[in-house]
Amino acid sequence: MFAYILRRLAMAVPTLLLLIVLSFLLMHLAPGGPFTQERALPPQVLANLNAKYGLDDPLWRQIWNYVWGIVVHFDFGPSFVYPDRTVNQLIADGFPVTLTYGSLAFLAAVLVGVTLGTAAAIRQNSWLDYLAVGISIGAQVLPNFVMAPLLVLTLTLWLGWLPGGGWSFSDPSFWIMPVIALSTSYMASIARITRSSMLEVLGSNHIRTARAKGMPERRVILRHALRPAMLPVVSYLGPVFVSMITGSVVIDIYFSTGGIGKAFVDSALNRDYAVMMGVTILVGALTILFNLVVDILYAWIDPKIRY
Amino acid sequence: MSKLFTTTALLAALALPAQAVQPAEGETLADSQTYTYWLLDAIKTLDPAKNTDVEGSDVLRQLFEGLMNDNQTGAMIPGVAESHTESDDGLTHTFTLRDAKWSNGDPVTAGDFVYAWQRVVNPETASEYAWFLELMNIQNATQIIAGEMTPDQLGVRAVDDKTLEVKLTTRTPYFLKTLSHATTFPVPQKVVEQHGDAWTQPGNLVGNGAFMLDSHNLGVDITLVKNPNYWDAENVVMETVRGVTVNDNNIGLTRYLAGELDRVQIPAGQYPRLSQEYPDQAISIPYSCSYAYVFNVSDKGPEALKDVRVRQALSLGLNRDIIVDQVLQGGQKPAYSWTHWAIEGFQSPDAEIATMTQEQRIEKARGLLADAGYGPDNPLALSLQYNTDENHKKLAIAAQQFWKPLGVNITLNNVEWKVHTDRMQSQDFDMARYAWCADYNEATTFLDWFRTDGYNSGKWSNAEYDKLMADSKTAEDTAPLYKRAEEILAEEVPAAFVYHYSKVDMINPVVKGLPLENVTNAWYAKDLYRIAE
Repeated sequence: MFAYILRRLAMAVPTLLLLIVLSFLLMHLAPGGPFTQERALPPQVLANLNAKYGLDDPLWRQIWNYVWGIVVHFDFGPSFVYPDRTVNQLIADGFPVTLTYGSLAFLAAVLVGVTLGTAAAIRQNSWLDYLAVGISIGAQVLPNFVMAPLLVLTLTLWLGWLPGGGWSFSDPSFWIMPVIALSTSYMASIARITRSSMLEVLGSNHIRTARAKGMPERRVILRHALRPAMLPVVSYLGPVFVSMITGSVVIDIYFSTGGIGKAFVDSALNRDYAVMMGVTILVGALTILFNLVVDILYAWIDPKIRY
Repeated sequence: MSKLFTTTALLAALALPAQAVQPAEGETLADSQTYTYWLLDAIKTLDPAKNTDVEGSDVLRQLFEGLMNDNQTGAMIPGVAESHTESDDGLTHTFTLRDAKWSNGDPVTAGDFVYAWQRVVNPETASEYAWFLELMNIQNATQIIAGEMTPDQLGVRAVDDKTLEVKLTTRTPYFLKTLSHATTFPVPQKVVEQHGDAWTQPGNLVGNGAFMLDSHNLGVDITLVKNPNYWDAENVVMETVRGVTVNDNNIGLTRYLAGELDRVQIPAGQYPRLSQEYPDQAISIPYSCSYAYVFNVSDKGPEALKDVRVRQALSLGLNRDIIVDQVLQGGQKPAYSWTHWAIEGFQSPDAEIATMTQEQRIEKARGLLADAGYGPDNPLALSLQYNTDENHKKLAIAAQQFWKPLGVNITLNNVEWKVHTDRMQSQDFDMARYAWCADYNEATTFLDWFRTDGYNSGKWSNAEYDKLMADSKTAEDTAPLYKRAEEILAEEVPAAFVYHYSKVDMINPVVKGLPLENVTNAWYAKDLYRIAE
């Protein structure tokens, strides 16, 4: 297993390099540049801006300098749009915010989703099942761009319970709405996957055997059904976790959290190459890492799996 | 207003002491003097030399102070400059500075302005607004920006700590009006050199404005607090100013209604309802921006648009009344000139198109198109490009429908902002949506756009127009020149002018001192105060 992890981590390096090169090339293919604006800049100013940010170098040298800066100095370069800040600063400011609300939303989605899905499967075709399925469908058809304004309208404007947006690490009242809005549709998906997987496991031979031996139902569920039923859920959770902690542009827009989800979209629209690359690398690295975590979890859940 | 009157007003203003707005009789100040306003997006930079945004300028106006400020109606009043003299030829302006201090207690000197202005034109700074000093006609600015001269050759010098001398290449009637623009604000050399690009971050930033930077959480909020070292601090009532970023305008309105914001822009189309429900809060005031569809008359543009009759027909075909009354519904005005109607000293020409009914316009447009050879047998097909935005889309669809009865088939071309800008600058379009906002309260900020060497991306060119604009730089009375320039635009139609903007906002009535008669909407938190509810 340890050798497998090392092998996977070693493979991550060329994967990330490929990601960097491809992203770099794609970015430069898009029309317009970071300094394209309403009033064309005087040629000398444009030349100086390009020189300052190394945009007058050949593309291969730009890529080389960029990768070198990251490897040697862990420096993702300056932002072209926010000249007072570096990409490292922008990520350091935005990522903890996104990580906080994303992790909490992930936990909420998993806890509620798995509980709901399990309860529905155990009591199949009961009122509890119908309620759980109903909640899941309801949550699924309310995407976060609908949930977010609804939450602000209800909890801020009508009830006045929560601030309508902004962010504070020390005040959880700012976290609640982003977490609810981000988690609901994922929670619904997790509940549905858990329910169908659980139903399949509950119908399998080893569960029938366990019940036939007189094992208490609670033990059957917790010890013999839940663990194998989690396999499809876990494979779903890996990419979900990455997408949740690397930011949601909808959440950032509606709740003004300052997370990196919106920063990423803005960087693409503004052709802020360095910020776009920085966030792409972050998302790429986290995707590789959490796919590995999912694989390790797989082996833990199902000891038959060997790498 | 004539130039003579403008100058007199400016000189009179300079002779008066500047004073912040104070509570009126019977008003009781609130215990908490905090003003919280809406920002659509993150503030990109707090460096006056690098800022390019209106929202950034709003913050910079609180953190720094230039030679002049705008008053409540948009006229110039003293800022750091205490008095001003102009040489007979209008080429040398000399300012005497007041006893002002930076927020760290250091005195503000003429050298700080010299350093700041040289820094703006220094190509190494790579200021995107370096052209503003060219526009001010400061000696050698163009050559320095082009790298042909060194920044120390800029026509600005500190005669002594209190005296700043500025030399211009040509008499510039609007020169004093440019002096409240953020690009001209002084910056503290010592601090800039000590911290480099990070000099504008909280804890580092030293300003000379009425407020100091307390915190800046990018994309979330920015907080400013009163500067005790400001020269007029005793007349500043407001203690804290907070800009809150809300990327969605509708959510911004919700947060205003929830009491979290004191000012927010009203989303398009909601003004009629809100002005009925909140008559003391919903405002619609002139705002110095104009919206147009620019025609590409360059070699790369379609042949049809090179024919003035086609351009005139397209302009006539637009039903501007429907656009402002039915689509925008926020007090905007139909545009028959490029310069915003409320710009100081500007007299709109009596454009024929403005006096016609829409039926008359359509009839005339049909005739013009027929004369140009277009009609049912030879329909005109053009594309209209606009950048991604719901309002631009609505207007483009409306324009498409307005032009349809004329036999003009329009393909709508929606692209993102950078692509839109890139294509406009490379003349890769037929017609393109555009808007221009004034940099200062004078007509040249609009009219210079259509000079042959201006920014006009349709590449329209007219020798008489260029001469008028050149003459206006030295004319005693510029109004007739501007009027004639607008007449040429109305005849030649390099663009179909669509509407003049309004600022359509909700303002908490307990906040006083916001300028409602300043067409550039330049506001100063030092003039604000909050009364008890």
